Amino acid sequence: MVGASSGIGRECAKQLAAAGVKVAAVARRAERLDQLKGEFPDKIIPFPHDVTNTDEIPDLFMRITQELGGLDLIIYASGVMSDVGRHEFNTAKDLPMIEVNVTGAIAWLNEAAHRFERVGHGSIVCIGSVAGDRGRVGQPVYNASKSFVATYMEALRNRLHRLGVRVTTIKPGPTETEMTSHLHMKKMPVEVAARKTLQLVGRSGEFYLSPMHKIAFFVIRNFPSLLFRRLSV
Amino acid sequence: MSDLLRDRLTSISGFGMSAQEDGYCFRPTHPEQVREIFEIARTTGRKVVLRGAGRSYGDAAILGEALILDISRMNRILSYDPQTGVVQAEAGVTIGDLWRLGIEDGWWPPVVSGTAYPTLGGALGMNIHGKNAYRVGTLGEQVLSFTAITPSGSFLTLTPDNPDFYRIISTAGLLAVIVQVSLQLKKVQTGDLDVLALAPRTWQEQFDMFRRYEPEADYMVSWVDCFGKGSQAGRGVFHAAWYQHGITGAGHTLSLTHQDLPDTLLGFFPKSIVWRFLKPLNNRIGMKVLNRAKDFAASTLGNGKHHPQSLVGFSFLLDYVPNWRNAYLPGGFVQYQSFVPKEYAQAVFARQIDLQQAAKCESFLGVLKRHRPDRFLFSHGIDGYSLALDFKLTSKNRERLFELAHQMNELVLQAGGKFYLAKDSTLRERDFMQSVGTAAIAEYRQAKEHFDPEGLLSSRQAIRLGLSRSSDLGMF
Repeated sequence: MVGASSGIGRECAKQLAAAGVKVAAVARRAERLDQLKGEFPDKIIPFPHDVTNTDEIPDLFMRITQELGGLDLIIYASGVMSDVGRHEFNTAKDLPMIEVNVTGAIAWLNEAAHRFERVGHGSIVCIGSVAGDRGRVGQPVYNASKSFVATYMEALRNRLHRLGVRVTTIKPGPTETEMTSHLHMKKMPVEVAARKTLQLVGRSGEFYLSPMHKIAFFVIRNFPSLLFRRLSV
Repeated sequence: MSDLLRDRLTSISGFGMSAQEDGYCFRPTHPEQVREIFEIARTTGRKVVLRGAGRSYGDAAILGEALILDISRMNRILSYDPQTGVVQAEAGVTIGDLWRLGIEDGWWPPVVSGTAYPTLGGALGMNIHGKNAYRVGTLGEQVLSFTAITPSGSFLTLTPDNPDFYRIISTAGLLAVIVQVSLQLKKVQTGDLDVLALAPRTWQEQFDMFRRYEPEADYMVSWVDCFGKGSQAGRGVFHAAWYQHGITGAGHTLSLTHQDLPDTLLGFFPKSIVWRFLKPLNNRIGMKVLNRAKDFAASTLGNGKHHPQSLVGFSFLLDYVPNWRNAYLPGGFVQYQSFVPKEYAQAVFARQIDLQQAAKCESFLGVLKRHRPDRFLFSHGIDGYSLALDFKLTSKNRERLFELAHQMNELVLQAGGKFYLAKDSTLRERDFMQSVGTAAIAEYRQAKEHFDPEGLLSSRQAIRLGLSRSSDLGMF
């Protein structure tokens, strides 16, 4: 579980551990991981790590699979969203989103894909976002990073599904997490988002977490660009 | 170091396909490389699991995240004397390689399993038996000497006068890696056996036939229809077979062409696809009908008749249908074999089958054999009988099947019976301890401490049975 210290990742780790699954909890903030281990001492093994340190990942990945005694599922849930103003073009704020949402995802999921391709089983889940469906005025780089995730995951799916590996992209909408605490809108409770995510493990494809999102983003995805650029959504 | 292992990752399962693990596979071609693999295990903090042909049904040759030491590429015949029938071979040589080596000179492996694929190393780790177990015992008893490498890297060459000979054979590759074996083959005059088929109708008749032919037959085996109920319980087909002596003009039977199993049925139907036709029948109803049909044919057409059959045809029944195990996909199957002293065998096996029928979990195949005791440490040899069973495993019946197995295990233990590690998936630590006895466990622990103090050799089965410490596995 990469990105286990907060948000959907932390909640997924808890729900998996509660169901009796051994979970390697990977995240930057060690004290939060220790807290998680405190809740499930027999099930959770903490691995403090910053996903932007991609050099560490191959060895850490091997250490984790060794400690767990195997690997059935990887969930990449690390993600950041900078607070970017409507008229702001700020590279310093934008690049960290690429490092965590994109570079970290590639580095971790490539390891998992290599492993699962060799053994012919396993599930890869990456938390994308509805925000990746269109480039919008509010969050150009966040949108692009999640769009990257969706395309990259689609490619992994097309490579690996035939070998028995399941590749799942989750596209949550606004969820009650720290990342979106500054946004004032209707949000899905994080427990619900995590539960729905785990229910989708083992199914190859892209999934929204509510029927409303599925319909709304079908419309948004297909909205003509000529008109979309005149809107402020 | 991670690069060294990364590309060796592979998924392995037991032959029953019911247990699967991912590990890092090494296939050494030379004993020196075996030492290097132990060194890699040390530096990476991993266990080593030994694997021959992967024919153990359960979880004896698998372990997650371990180094898999697959001996199948150490498969050279080092010496062979056609005059004396003594062979010295590397441990990856298979039973099939052996019979091909000797048959034209009239030499046949003295003990063979129901399939020709197992390697000598794996077969000795499990100390396999054949349909002549009551006569000649296990494979270990045919070995003149063997060489093994301990995890610490020392070479041992052991003969039957050394107590360690009886410890390393039979302990499932948990003490040392057997790398070379010297074996005495059995002289045969012809390549055919004289086979007698009889159709016992009850358990009583089954055991009467074994008792009747025990003094004279060279091989005995009986198939049991596990769907037989009430007065039909125990029905099946009994086979006794004899080596033939003093027959002239039978030289051609010692040729490879006479022995080799054909690759077609009735001369035209390719056997390689037979399992696909078996698969739709491989359920309770299909197997009930198939068992009934086989029983009917045997009890009417074949009953009481003698016929010649090639050594290969009689011995390697499991090789008749290539990839037959695929008929058990996707869940795989659990092979179960228990060994019960002769006084209690009939009662225990009859009860085992009653329990299966009550649980609606009948074995699709039952095979009854006669055995004798031997002095190997984890021996399954017993002055009694064994019943081997195949249970289809599905996502629905797993719990029910294991519960059934535990009940059957209990019956065997109460009767003072034993189990066979190559065919075990269901034993718990205390069951195994009770079956081999605390003295054997203590002797094993002492030998483990002596040969493998770091506890490098392990397997999923060994952990399940308390024969390997899981604490240093990094598992919790």
